[in-house]
Amino acid sequence: MSTLLRRGTPLTSTGIVLVLLVLSLVVGFVLTAVEGRNFLSSGNISALLTGISILGFIAIGQTLVILVGSLDLSVPYVVSLVSVLAAGTMAGEDGNVLPAVLLALAVAAAIGLVNGAIVAYLGVHGFIATLGTGLVISGYLATNYQGSHGSAPRSFRLVGATQVGPVPVSTLILLGCAVLVVLMLRRTRTGHHLYAVGGNREVARLSGIRTSVPVLVAHTLSSVLAALAGLLLLARLSVGSPTIGSQGDYDLMSIAAVVLGGTVLAGGKGNVVGTLAGVAIFSVLDNVMGVMGVSAFLQDVVRGLVIVVAVAVYARREIDRRPARFERPTGLDAALQEAK
Amino acid sequence: MTTSTQLLDRAGRAPLADHHRSLGGRAAAALATPGGAVYVLVLLLLVATIAANPNFGDPGVVIRFLGRTAPIAIAAIGQYYVIVSGEFDLSMGAVVAAQVVMAGNLIGQDDSRILPVMVLMLAVGVLIGVLNGLGTTLLGVPSFIVTLGMMLALGGLVDHLTGGAATGNPADTFREIGRGGIQDVPVVDVIPYPLLILLVLGALASWSMRRPFGRSLVAAGDNADAARVSGSSLWWLKTRAFIISSLSATVAGILLVGYAGVHPSVGQGYEFTAITAVVLGGVLLGGGRGWVLSAAAGAVALELLFVLLTALGVESTWRATVQGLIIIAAVAVAGRAWQRGRRPRRTSPSSRHLTHHQPTPGTTTGDN
Repeated sequence: MSTLLRRGTPLTSTGIVLVLLVLSLVVGFVLTAVEGRNFLSSGNISALLTGISILGFIAIGQTLVILVGSLDLSVPYVVSLVSVLAAGTMAGEDGNVLPAVLLALAVAAAIGLVNGAIVAYLGVHGFIATLGTGLVISGYLATNYQGSHGSAPRSFRLVGATQVGPVPVSTLILLGCAVLVVLMLRRTRTGHHLYAVGGNREVARLSGIRTSVPVLVAHTLSSVLAALAGLLLLARLSVGSPTIGSQGDYDLMSIAAVVLGGTVLAGGKGNVVGTLAGVAIFSVLDNVMGVMGVSAFLQDVVRGLVIVVAVAVYARREIDRRPARFERPTGLDAALQEAK
Repeated sequence: MTTSTQLLDRAGRAPLADHHRSLGGRAAAALATPGGAVYVLVLLLLVATIAANPNFGDPGVVIRFLGRTAPIAIAAIGQYYVIVSGEFDLSMGAVVAAQVVMAGNLIGQDDSRILPVMVLMLAVGVLIGVLNGLGTTLLGVPSFIVTLGMMLALGGLVDHLTGGAATGNPADTFREIGRGGIQDVPVVDVIPYPLLILLVLGALASWSMRRPFGRSLVAAGDNADAARVSGSSLWWLKTRAFIISSLSATVAGILLVGYAGVHPSVGQGYEFTAITAVVLGGVLLGGGRGWVLSAAAGAVALELLFVLLTALGVESTWRATVQGLIIIAAVAVAGRAWQRGRRPRRTSPSSRHLTHHQPTPGTTTGDN
């Protein structure tokens, strides 16, 4: 890796993430083989893909929010809220699935809209705004729900259980969402504005962009995608749980996956493909360490190290690749300044 | 600039008019900023709490409350340094847990070990701060990620070593630091040690923010590039901020052993509570604005709010909701107020034009 960088190959940070992913796949294959298991068995592949899907939905939404220069710390509570709301509405009846899903998505969209409005119109940093709304939801959950709640009918549980070959349906839905979001970012005006506002809000405003729209869109989509993750969790567990989101640490882990995927935390730079690769790297790490019998606690240690090291590599590249005109003033510039 | 009293700025005011007022005038102006308003908030909450629960008016009860609040206030003071320099420290909770577990397992029932282990704990605190600081400054990784990585790594390590369960029990002499106090004081009955430690650290913090270190730290948080070209060593400034932050988490950990005992979950969520307290104290997230003692006052306000909610008979599960609403409101108001204080007061264009003064010879106007 580092020799590649020193030679100055024009690798984008998405390129690095993909290299990293391939590397972790190879290491995973070797280590799993050492343990006498087949990494590429269809069972293991579907386990890997299943591991990707929940965090994947949340991380795609988080990518949008981070790209626009904000953060979303409320996702775990949205996941929990959706899981109990949908489970309560379904109450085990097949006929209730559609209303429950629509209700869950509507509630999530409303939460995202509120997040976006606080960030865009009240000028509150996304960190505080979503920490606040997250706390508000967590208080509501703690007051009104104790233990598991409601139940999902069999037809809904099939979403979590069905597979096409070794590929779970949930992964296909995830990929569908990813494609839609990529199209939104690359092909629509809002997508381009999202990058512009994330890069520099003031410059975007002076260029005539209505800066509140991309912020609202990003936060709303982030909450809706978190709701999809919550619904998927409900399909797998078949009961709603008010703590399922905070147990998964989805807020911080999704931010870590986004940054691991090469998106700049300050916003304006990055993409969804990198994020998915970042999530996949986490999934491979978990899978391999699980096979090797590494304790769950040490897995956190490894994750922490991987995140910091990976981001350090990107940060180094960002410094190197910056065009000359953004460097410190050269002798000529200084002379010109003097002459004025 | 001997003629400075005659110079008027564009808004027609004498330069730095705020500093020409009387002491009372300046105090009133300070209370109108977010950093000052938190003291008013504390006072209002105190009055409301006493109204809801007259027992709270007893000085002894108040002083015990302050003693209980000391650990989070100390953590908020530490977090302030990092936030005012434009960074985050998410590793605080993991540091608290690590220190609590270390104290529990290394001190045991042996009083003679207390001092060496405390020195070791402080050394570990410094080491973590240095790692966070260097990761942020030299590696160029956003502090959010560095300290998130530290939180995962350190938390995982602590959980791994303890198996996630309570282990060890330090000597009672050590626990006295957190829960003891000077007994038989008139009026207030007892002065808890944590409160004394908070007062000493608060005084030290206030002093340090008036030193070149503190001034440069705020400057670095406001505009890192400007601070760098004015000759500040950014990496050393910010690394010191991280060291102070993890040291304060260490002290909070030492105090918490007395209250909460030894369990790897003791520090859980401490980083977010500390950040909330700092932000409630009117400190601008992103750096460059805010006072250190206001951060501590923010912690007191937050804890008072919880006491008030309990006194009002609100279910404890609603705490989080109220906390969330309060911080959003506080930051929304504070952000506007700091912004207003930054700009020269708006005047009508015509009056501005009339008082527009000629540049003094020898002064660069910087037109472009």
